[in-house]
Amino acid sequence: MSVLSAKVRLRRRAWFALWAAPLPIWFALFFMGPMLLLIAMSFWSVQNYRLTPDFSLSAWSYVLSLDFLWSTFWRSYGLSLISAALVSLLAFPASYAMAFLITPARRLTFLGLALAPFFTSYLVRIYSLQVFLGEGGVLPQLFHSVGLSGASLLNSYTALFLGHATLTLPVVLVLQTLALGNVDRTEMSAAVNLGARPQHVLRHIILPAARPGLSLGVLFAFLLSYAEFVSATYLGGGVFQTLPILLTDLIRGGQQWPRAAVVSLLMMAALMLTSLVTVAWAYRQKGN
Amino acid sequence: MNTHLKHALPAWTWFAGLTLVFVILYAPILSALVFSFSVDRFPSLDITRFSTKWYAQVFADARMLEALKNSLAIALSTALVATTLGFAAAYADFRFRFFGQRMVLALALLTPTVPIAVLSLAMLAFFSRIGLSGTVGSIIVAHVVVATPFAMAICRLRLEQLPREFETAAQNLGATPGQALRLIVLPHAAPAIGAAALIAFAVSLDEYAIAWFVGGLEQTVPVTVLNTLQGQVDPTIHVIGTLAFAATLSMVFAAQMLLLRSTKSHKNKEVSP
Repeated sequence: MSVLSAKVRLRRRAWFALWAAPLPIWFALFFMGPMLLLIAMSFWSVQNYRLTPDFSLSAWSYVLSLDFLWSTFWRSYGLSLISAALVSLLAFPASYAMAFLITPARRLTFLGLALAPFFTSYLVRIYSLQVFLGEGGVLPQLFHSVGLSGASLLNSYTALFLGHATLTLPVVLVLQTLALGNVDRTEMSAAVNLGARPQHVLRHIILPAARPGLSLGVLFAFLLSYAEFVSATYLGGGVFQTLPILLTDLIRGGQQWPRAAVVSLLMMAALMLTSLVTVAWAYRQKGN
Repeated sequence: MNTHLKHALPAWTWFAGLTLVFVILYAPILSALVFSFSVDRFPSLDITRFSTKWYAQVFADARMLEALKNSLAIALSTALVATTLGFAAAYADFRFRFFGQRMVLALALLTPTVPIAVLSLAMLAFFSRIGLSGTVGSIIVAHVVVATPFAMAICRLRLEQLPREFETAAQNLGATPGQALRLIVLPHAAPAIGAAALIAFAVSLDEYAIAWFVGGLEQTVPVTVLNTLQGQVDPTIHVIGTLAFAATLSMVFAAQMLLLRSTKSHKNKEVSP
């Protein structure tokens, strides 16, 4: 009996491990492994053009003392923050319409249509924007025909912003619509019945109740724009040197891997801090 | 719908916002479709004539066909592995209580927030240390890391709609854990598994940064697009784009239909928050 139950227990444990183990093993090997290597690599040194395991702070002190690194860091951070705020504002009326002005069945269709582009060729959409905005492209042509300047719209913040919006709108729309859709309708009706004006309902009931979802929308727009390098390169035209561009240049240039690792870790630190602060603020209890 | 609810701004303003957003989202996709059929090298409003010459050019391009072959092989393998890993983890999280459960979930769900340039650098360093960089296999391994969180989330959300008692009831009636899984859980989760595979396929098909860094000479379709972005105006991009949009959009919509239909048939069941 005890032999049998030991066998059963073993079999149960094996059954459990069969399901629980594969993902952690894969991610430990091929996600944690590379990320830990990145941390280690930031302390390695380059000797005679060869990457050598070491414990050296030279990459850290080199990168941290670069003035243009810090200006790039803050430019990157600021640009993505502005884009995140603007994309959220741009998406809000649409999310409001989806949450309050159309039927729930239609809402799902619209959400599906809004999310689908997130999974479709981002590069080609950026290419489309590039030829749309470039010299002789569709938009400059239209502007020219109404008497405005027909100059290229590329290499401007507007172009960069459109690239960011192309990337982040789907996610922001879904998060905002879900947040607004979950606002308590009875509370809204009660306020209206008690004579609250629509502006008051929006400001004092809808916005506070939807705050977590709306903040997550801003956060995700920020995370995606901050990490993005294709728009910054091909729409911003390198006018806006950002950290990811710096990073890809460093890696493509070869040899400077420890420095690239340091820049990566700085980016990660900024992202984590921003995420923590935003999430803490988003889920802060009302009335604090 | 609360018909008596007044809105802070007239309805048309909200709908104008909705229209604007969809124009921004879909104009680049539609323009790729239109310009892919234009004979002009440079895309502008005055299209001379429509033709399929760029399509012919793409399908005659050996380099492009090679990239397409790579892309499909990678996306197919990624979908297979990512869905298996994602479902296994979702099922383990649904069925068992164990030490480190939240950590596994956090590990998988935080991966997508790592900037792709950072992840690409880490992957390139890792694969070149173990001598695997520049292979199709290394792209697959990395794409699985990127696609699995989506697959896991889709499967996990679907399992949440399955009352927990069903599986235990089946086992109390004499089913082995394997039978309970096969006869109760899998049929219930099948649409989500299908949707997860489609999304994982689409994610891999579209991924360019890791494929660019890690792949070396093994190019995928998005990497050839990226190389073109750096150069001259090239109308064949519109062709590739149109084909890619058609492929990924139909996969994403198919995934959404699968999830929607299955959710509807379970509407009257209790769904925990």
